[in-house]
Amino acid sequence: MQSATRHLFLGLESSCDDTAAAVVAIQDGTPEILSNVVMGQSALHAEFGGVVPEIAARAHAERIDICVTQAMQDADIELEQITAIGVTAGPGLIGGVVAGVMCAKGLSMATGKPLVGVNHLAGHALTPRLTDGISFPYLLLLVSGGHCQFLLVKSATEFSRIGGTIDDAPGEAFDKTARLLGLSQPGGPAVEQRAKSGDTKRFRLPRPLLDRPGCDMSFSGLKTALLRTLDSLVNDQGGLFQSDIDDICAGFQAAVGDVLVEKTNRALDECAKQLSYAPTLAVAGGVAANAYLGDRLKDLCASRNIQFIAPPLRLCTDNAAMIAYAAGELYHLGITHGMDLSARPRWPLDTAQPALLGSGKKGAKA
Amino acid sequence: MTLQKRTLITPSPAATAEVAMRLASLLKPSDVVLLEGGIGAGKSFLTRTLIQHCQDHPEDVPSPTFTLVQEYETNIGPVWHTDLYRLYGPDEVIELGLIDAFEEALCFVEWPDRLNDLAPKDALTITLTPLQAEDSRSIEFTWTAGAWASRLDPVFQDQWI
Repeated sequence: MQSATRHLFLGLESSCDDTAAAVVAIQDGTPEILSNVVMGQSALHAEFGGVVPEIAARAHAERIDICVTQAMQDADIELEQITAIGVTAGPGLIGGVVAGVMCAKGLSMATGKPLVGVNHLAGHALTPRLTDGISFPYLLLLVSGGHCQFLLVKSATEFSRIGGTIDDAPGEAFDKTARLLGLSQPGGPAVEQRAKSGDTKRFRLPRPLLDRPGCDMSFSGLKTALLRTLDSLVNDQGGLFQSDIDDICAGFQAAVGDVLVEKTNRALDECAKQLSYAPTLAVAGGVAANAYLGDRLKDLCASRNIQFIAPPLRLCTDNAAMIAYAAGELYHLGITHGMDLSARPRWPLDTAQPALLGSGKKGAKA
Repeated sequence: MTLQKRTLITPSPAATAEVAMRLASLLKPSDVVLLEGGIGAGKSFLTRTLIQHCQDHPEDVPSPTFTLVQEYETNIGPVWHTDLYRLYGPDEVIELGLIDAFEEALCFVEWPDRLNDLAPKDALTITLTPLQAEDSRSIEFTWTAGAWASRLDPVFQDQWI
């Protein structure tokens, strides 16, 4: 991105529960976020345990129009000034992705501006460049919604997966732990808060897959271990004391922390093998919001003398600034898309890697 | 139709996986499997094992809790893995396209209470219950219509361990 011209990129994101639009300016490779509008659902947590999803394409479509108008107003620009329109084309909820892609195509047709389809995960993966200007390559720990993977980010189009979860993502594990303990949703903040006054040593929960080589993770088994801990407490004392909940949360968070730290350490080793040095570690996604986990990863990097990057939370959770920025990177590589851009509900970033097999996989095909 | 039932106990995850693979041999597109059981009962584990067993190049089968629906192409046809926990009720189920999928794909539905009366009459319900022994599960098959009594024979034909 050596061009001295200031390019403006509009980004649209509607692949998950939120709807968002943003404008990012890029000049000489230096990005600046001019606007970043997110119409969230986070206020509607309901009693269900988890954010209420927006399934209806038409609801996303209505919201994305409002978001785009607001993003243009906040950035104080007109559509004619835009260089290209970036849109999340997957992976995600089909109704939302389709609504975003349709809106972007409409804008592209009306203005004649090029269209750039962006992988939602690539948006997260490139965010450390948007916020901290780091150069390739770097190791990204992406923990967002249902995702949890280690990606070696080599360029705006090359991501190689070093490992990932074979079942639940940590965010789900936190939400489900909160559900089991009767805590409020979303589970991450609730569990973190209770863990603060808990004893990490009282309940020793398993550290799944730590005994096996490689960087794959598993968090599903923690649910079963939690259930058994709860059952035995209820059997022994007829119910739970507040201190029990604190201690369980602390034990759970420590288990997740141990797994993340050890697997991150191994992922850094794996990168060091490929690159002959251990690269910068960046984290993206909701896990970055957990101070305990963030501190443990920071400590790991300090002990290895490696740079640690954690973008601000509003750019770690789903947003459109990351999509606008990623579209900018792709546009400068000469990548644009036509009206045949299709929504892809599933779109792995690194299709060259084999699938993460569940631990129950046995037999000839294993 | 009255409720019919067959039950077995699996002593280990490997045995539960074996049940999943046997189910793969008898299930087909347009079958609907309703998965009952609490958090950590093994609903996703059973489904993941079955899907990956039916693929020449097994794909990731992440939990569908966040995405609501995951679709897969397998050797036995299209498979939908859905988790309705985050839905309000039947309206959203229709919006999700699940009713059409019931006709065209093999569907695994977690938290099927959200379906209310949208559940097909000939759906198979599988209820997973953790037992006292570590990693042991009770797997109960129930149905009110359909030929499940005989179709399920391969699952029960002999010991799996």
